Amino acid sequence: MTAAIELRDVTKVYRRYGGHRFSTLKSALLQRSILRDLQPSETFPALAGVSCTVPRGQTLGVIGRNGSGKSTALKLVAGITKPTSGTVKVQGRISALIELGAGFHPEISGRENIFINGIMLGLTRREVQQRFDGIVDFAELRDFIDAPVKTYSSGMYMRLGFAVAIHVDPDVLLVDEVLAVGDEGFTHKCLDKFAEFKRRNKTILLVTHSLGLVERFCDEALWLDQGQKRGEGDPKRVIGAYMTDVERQEERLLSTSDAKARLDANQTPHETGPVGVAADTADMSQVTEGRWGSGGVQITEVALLGGDGGSTHIFHSGEAMAIRLRVRAAAPVEDFVFGFGVFNAEGVYVYGTNTDIEEYVAGSLSGDADVHVRIDSLDLVEGTYKLDVAVHKRDGAPYDYHRLLYTFRVKSRVKDVGIYRPRHHWEFSPSVTFRLKP
Amino acid sequence: MWRNLLALARYRGLIQSLVTRELKARYRGSVLGFFWSFVNPLLLLSIYTFVFKYILPNRDLGTEPYSVFMFCGLLPWTWFSSSLLEASGSLISGGNLIKKVLFPAEVLPIVSVLANMVHFVLGLVILLGFMIGTSHYPDPADLAWFPVIVIVQLVFTLALALVLSALTVHFRDIRDLLSNLLTFWFFATPIIYPYTLESVQSFRWLFDANPFFHLVVSYQEVLFFQGPFGHVWWLLAMGAGSGAFFLSGYWLFDRLRDSFAEVV
Repeated sequence: MTAAIELRDVTKVYRRYGGHRFSTLKSALLQRSILRDLQPSETFPALAGVSCTVPRGQTLGVIGRNGSGKSTALKLVAGITKPTSGTVKVQGRISALIELGAGFHPEISGRENIFINGIMLGLTRREVQQRFDGIVDFAELRDFIDAPVKTYSSGMYMRLGFAVAIHVDPDVLLVDEVLAVGDEGFTHKCLDKFAEFKRRNKTILLVTHSLGLVERFCDEALWLDQGQKRGEGDPKRVIGAYMTDVERQEERLLSTSDAKARLDANQTPHETGPVGVAADTADMSQVTEGRWGSGGVQITEVALLGGDGGSTHIFHSGEAMAIRLRVRAAAPVEDFVFGFGVFNAEGVYVYGTNTDIEEYVAGSLSGDADVHVRIDSLDLVEGTYKLDVAVHKRDGAPYDYHRLLYTFRVKSRVKDVGIYRPRHHWEFSPSVTFRLKP
Repeated sequence: MWRNLLALARYRGLIQSLVTRELKARYRGSVLGFFWSFVNPLLLLSIYTFVFKYILPNRDLGTEPYSVFMFCGLLPWTWFSSSLLEASGSLISGGNLIKKVLFPAEVLPIVSVLANMVHFVLGLVILLGFMIGTSHYPDPADLAWFPVIVIVQLVFTLALALVLSALTVHFRDIRDLLSNLLTFWFFATPIIYPYTLESVQSFRWLFDANPFFHLVVSYQEVLFFQGPFGHVWWLLAMGAGSGAFFLSGYWLFDRLRDSFAEVV
């Protein structure tokens, strides 16, 4: 197997323009600093020492966060920019779907643009002529082909750009997140075209945020993060690692915002705020996050625990979750109720309960104590949720009320809608069949 | 550099279709359409003719018929100046191509020059009309030199266009600087006045330093003035110089090529 694309230790450094760069030719001439200022002053590595090889006929999916260097890698392979160090080798004719219809001139007709765009992409006039009908049919623009391109809708524009680029019949096809342009039907057509390319043993490099596409479609995946290679190989495995990392990142974000919210709340002095039990829905939508109460009993720490007992902010739908409250009673009390409430991002009250509602009769509470609320299965759909926790008297007078101070995120593979996911499964009689997902 | 220069030959088809597109697109949507290529120089000519025939009438300078004389210099100048103005901005306005498509950047300034050359050639038709109208014909023996002058001007203009377009990417002020400089250059070149003036001859060394001077004088000697083409050696020297200038201009362009996709 020969390599169609080979990157060896490729580094691409972009210049970051600082304020000290000359603003005019005059000042550059006066200060005789043209040559010095044309040297990069502050630099920013978009790619750092990335190596990878794509054998002929393989499809490589490149994934990573925004700004991870995916598009830079693609431009390097396309030859649009040159690496600062390292080598890029590509065998065969390249067609890059980076920006569709980049060379179109709005004033002239679709027909003329097809010719010029085709020639720009490396075809001869005769080759374009041969493929002309195929291009027009693929773009579904038969009726508009003689109208100026400026009259096209953006969808038509993209379709035409895609159709021309794909009909260049490259050996290596570079695709940068362009499938999002068309409607459902056109996207399918593009995917069919890619599949046809794969059958014909062409090499494809696909940069996308659609992990599903990479998993279904690519032979290999490459994960870039801040210009460095974080993973490479089997798409399922790489995507798994990537997802875990994204969750870890989100977790970090949530815990900092959590800590910040708590800090803000602690800075406001304890005072008696609105009186009400956790289940009092009337006030719920009015009150924003905060903390109040007499302080007779304090909630000193709140932790969200995952199935493995570790503290986390990311849960998967259907997993176990535990809320742990550390409380401290300044003096022993005999009238106390623990409660919690869950809100979704829109502020809808998802669930609320307390020990009083669930008919625990308070005995005594003194000193430090741990309270766990264990949820066996967190049957919520994907989304961000906020948490209330409280200790108050039976009549509702709060000792310590934490309102919406804690955030957690529920992740799900199934993109169902609503708030609550009842445990369920489907059953069908034999006369109902389903096809496998493509 | 040599490899890129050879590759340029392969882009013939691309350059050709881009020039066609440029010309088609320019007048798309205007009522007179392609006719503007004729109207523009005619209007310019009529203004200058009016000023220099009736407002500031020249004494007998041997420049009659004045319209034919002036057209001989004005046409090449218009080609030259609009080429440079368009070429200097061509990489910036074509930034999308350079950044998103694998595209030989030098094609853009070259297309600007060639598209304006087409206007120049169309202008020659008007010049011919004026020659017939005033019965002032060039010396047929000299006329063989005409294509040589055009080629020398083409090479010279291409060289300047490449340099300016590459530098304008880094220094946007060149575009503003250039339009002023061109006005200055226009009056410093004997286009609306004949180079045979005594006052021109007394500053001859200064005029000799102006490359466009030699082109215009060549045009005028071949197309307008009777008698032998005396400026021929200057023209040939200018041709050799332009060739060298083109190569060094292309070298500079090639050196800066990699920065275009990032800076544009």
